Amino acid sequence: MTGACLPPQDAPPRRDRAVDHEKQGPIPMATSTDKPRSFQEIILRLQSYWAARGCAVMQPYDMEVGAGTFHPATTLRSLGSRPWAAAYVQPSRRPTDGRYGENPNRMQHYYQYQVVIKPSPPDLQALYLGSLEAIGIDMDLHDIRFVEDDWESPTLGAWGLGWEVWCDGMEVSQFTYFQQVGGHDCHPVSGELTYGLERLAMYVLGVDHVMDMPYNDPQSPTPLTYGDVFRQTEGEYSRWNFDVANTDVLLRHFEEAEAECQSILEQPAEDPKTGKRIIMAHPAYDQCIKASHIFNLLDARGVISVTERQGYIGRVRTLAKACADAFVQTDAGGFTAKQGA
Amino acid sequence: MPDLLIELFSEEIPARMQARAAEDLRKKVTDGLVEAGLTYAHAAAFSTPRRLTLAIEGLLAQSPDTREERKGPRIDAPQKAIEGFLRGAGVSREDLEERDEKKGKVFYAVIAKKGRPAAEIIAGVLEDTIRNFPWPKSMRWGAGSLKWVRPLHSILCILTDEAGSEVVPMEIDGIKAGNTTEGHRFMSRGRFTVTSFEDYAARLKRAYVMLDAKERAEHIWHDATNQAFANGLEVVEDKGLLAEVAGLVEWPVVLMGEIAEDFLDLPPEVLRTSMKEHQKFFSVKNPKTGRIERFITVANRETADNGATVLAGNQKVLFARLSDAKFFWENDLRVARTGMQTWTEQLSNVTFQNQLGSQADRIARIKSLSGELAPSVGADTDLAMQAAEVAKADLSSEMVYEFPELQGLMGRYYAAAAGLPDEVAQACEQHYSPLGPSDDVPEGAVARTVALADKLDTLTGFWAIDEKPTGSKDPYALRRAALGVIRIILTGDLRLNLDHFIDSQLMKHKINLSRDGADGAEMAALEDVLEAIADHGVFGAAFRTVIAKLDGKNDAPDTGKGSLLGDLGNRMPDLSADLLAFFHDRLKVYLRDQGLRHDVIDACIAMPGNDDLTLLVKRAGALSDVLATDDGANLLQGFKRANNILTQAEDKDGVSYEYGADVKFAETEAERDLFAALDTAGASISAAIEAEDFASAMQGMAALRGPIDGFFEAVQVNTDNEVIRRNRLNLLSRIRTICLSVADLTRIEG
Repeated sequence: MTGACLPPQDAPPRRDRAVDHEKQGPIPMATSTDKPRSFQEIILRLQSYWAARGCAVMQPYDMEVGAGTFHPATTLRSLGSRPWAAAYVQPSRRPTDGRYGENPNRMQHYYQYQVVIKPSPPDLQALYLGSLEAIGIDMDLHDIRFVEDDWESPTLGAWGLGWEVWCDGMEVSQFTYFQQVGGHDCHPVSGELTYGLERLAMYVLGVDHVMDMPYNDPQSPTPLTYGDVFRQTEGEYSRWNFDVANTDVLLRHFEEAEAECQSILEQPAEDPKTGKRIIMAHPAYDQCIKASHIFNLLDARGVISVTERQGYIGRVRTLAKACADAFVQTDAGGFTAKQGA
Repeated sequence: MPDLLIELFSEEIPARMQARAAEDLRKKVTDGLVEAGLTYAHAAAFSTPRRLTLAIEGLLAQSPDTREERKGPRIDAPQKAIEGFLRGAGVSREDLEERDEKKGKVFYAVIAKKGRPAAEIIAGVLEDTIRNFPWPKSMRWGAGSLKWVRPLHSILCILTDEAGSEVVPMEIDGIKAGNTTEGHRFMSRGRFTVTSFEDYAARLKRAYVMLDAKERAEHIWHDATNQAFANGLEVVEDKGLLAEVAGLVEWPVVLMGEIAEDFLDLPPEVLRTSMKEHQKFFSVKNPKTGRIERFITVANRETADNGATVLAGNQKVLFARLSDAKFFWENDLRVARTGMQTWTEQLSNVTFQNQLGSQADRIARIKSLSGELAPSVGADTDLAMQAAEVAKADLSSEMVYEFPELQGLMGRYYAAAAGLPDEVAQACEQHYSPLGPSDDVPEGAVARTVALADKLDTLTGFWAIDEKPTGSKDPYALRRAALGVIRIILTGDLRLNLDHFIDSQLMKHKINLSRDGADGAEMAALEDVLEAIADHGVFGAAFRTVIAKLDGKNDAPDTGKGSLLGDLGNRMPDLSADLLAFFHDRLKVYLRDQGLRHDVIDACIAMPGNDDLTLLVKRAGALSDVLATDDGANLLQGFKRANNILTQAEDKDGVSYEYGADVKFAETEAERDLFAALDTAGASISAAIEAEDFASAMQGMAALRGPIDGFFEAVQVNTDNEVIRRNRLNLLSRIRTICLSVADLTRIEG
């Protein structure tokens, strides 16, 4: 066993921490149990709940991704031995799910709320349940269940075990203990929570069609629904994704992103200009994200056959693995000068 | 004698793993205890979503003392040998005893072990069990390295006797065993102490946990059927779902809800599958109409509003799910009504298997094979080909994409919507059958034809690319496919020469597989072979004819060693024989389950025409029947005696006795009787075999028992008179020939 696998020395053994926690009662008190009134209020409550529990509240990653997991704050930061705790909203794009804004709950652009904590704390389930209470789910009236759901991302070379969380039969979150990312075993293990924000909010707010959901407070001078904000863009992107996106250009961009990612990672660790050790894991990973999203667009355009599909997924995975390999050679990835010596 | 209680408390264990895990816990712990000398009276294991529990009654308080003697080397053995013995026995030189034995003085080591207290043994066994638990999938969590199915939170481990209970001291990766646990996640708060299993089970129930999965399942079923009955309805039974749901709850609360009117017209299978797969709901049907009208969901708790919110939430989710299903159904029906071509065309983009091509390629092969098979199965050739063409079209439908388990069934609905004949719709649904030894065989001739063609194409395809099942690995379910072929043939009393279809279909696969590497002349030759198989029946003769034709031609392809055609000529007969042998193996397993002895089947497989499975089984059945009679059993002995004498004589004389037995050299009445009997039997048996009347053939053979017995009683075969001896041996040879024309009796045991 390497030193990285041991708990930090100043922390008491896990069992004791769990006991301490139980003295406070298994469910942390929510900040506010009254019902939220809008989509954005649910997000704000999640932000302050997780901020109060010690997470760095980060901002969305500024690139197109298919899920919050792709944010480097999750993929890359779940690697290596350094402790980590972050929470953020991530706009997510799934071109094939576009329905021109007409489907009650399916869109090509939606939001995920993502929490990632490394090492996973022993009371993560209780913390999670506390967050549901914080957004107005009354624990005495609902039936919350943890139903087996193993997570695997072939594009990221990642897998984990956990559950989908059901509230009265509806899946409201995914709960995963990462075991491997980018082909690397996770030591320590990160706990990841992913909330499908629209679906969760529709449930809490009692709305049947996502476009009817209040985006801001309905009592405000300019009340806006989710549809006011997104119905038009859903139509525009659905048309572009399915019928207009130039597949030749996309194919070329895929190749270019792949080549750029590889060439970034081929650079020597030492920067010839500054003389410093600078491994460019994040810029390389940006190209990997880009390739992944372009693949999704090509898929939506229907130009990728079933056999080719596996090939593309494999190519993105190769990039993700190479980025993971690079990240663990960096400071944030737990690399120390001693290891390098 | 103390009782032991162990509880391993964790985050939610997947429902499908719980029962097996409880059993594994029982087995691993009790095996470990017994191995260490701790016997017990009774052990029972339980599981809930959050705990595995083991209760052992009447455990020994400590393991018995043991004393073991080990014999060592002689006392004058080399020092090295003695040292080795000391190391192996774990004793020192002073502990050795010297004893006199025949060969001299020998060292003995006496190893006495004191019994160990139960707690110490339990701690070791439990740690070993936890560290090596056979979870199908396990994980690490936090910063630790311990593996469990989900994070393990606490261990309860107590020994209880008349004096009270005490914790078994142990610790694993920072988790200390204790005497406390907790109840329901939401309906109870805090941990509590337990002192015995009875106390534990009772306190758990007060903390809203039903420990026993069986009790939970019974409770669910009882409440569900009661609620349905009160509304004049009944719950559709589903044991697998019941077990799964019982593994999702610690405190089951049964709630019945409505299905919105809009969805009641969906096919019942769609309703049931959607509700079961997505929501784990039971279907509740109206016994008068058979329609599914309501659902049962099982919550994990009681709520302040008696489940009203929970039920409303579930109903809403179901509404969304069924809206999807209805959307798929209506879209699919639109495509189906246009004739399903859109779907069959899409299948050319779907890979069946890398080397074997797309689903569309596969369908084309199945279609042409269906055409060839139809006459033998008694199906209309055109209908069979039409059915094969659309049988897998539903794989492109939205409904089957969403619910793969509805494949075939949706095909039937959609074929009907397309206005195709009933036989075709039936084939869409049933051509996957039979899926196992007890599954129904397709009913109609068209469905049977397509089912046969599908399975034969799959088997020959995987044989052609050398992907046969090995040991326990059979990823393409080829054993099941072969059994399916066997059952369809036998159920339908079908007469077909499997060899012919195996050869021609293997050949088609070989042609497809060679397409990339072969030149024009080679491809032409391969096509010729395929055509010639139609004339010659099987590969060998067809291949030779084509090769002979090519011989001497100017632009003839290479047929020598290492060439495409040369290799094919070498490999095909083995491949084909191997596949037929695979069918015979499956047939043996199948018939053995029906009570037919393997040697009886072997005796019939050894006969010509063994690729006609119906004939083969008829023969085996008749042989089995006759061997069960007194005459048959005795005849077998007579045959074996004749065969042994004959074989020995043939070995000794270096000749084979086959012809020329003449009644004029007969010396006794018994001999003359046997001559007469063989004349009669010979004629009637060959006529019966010709007519495939195996029962009569076997009876004719059994009738030889009397004359053969009489012959052996009256006559000594090996007499000094060489002429008479040879005549008698030739007579025995007639027995052998006649009997072997019925079945290879040499393979019968006993």
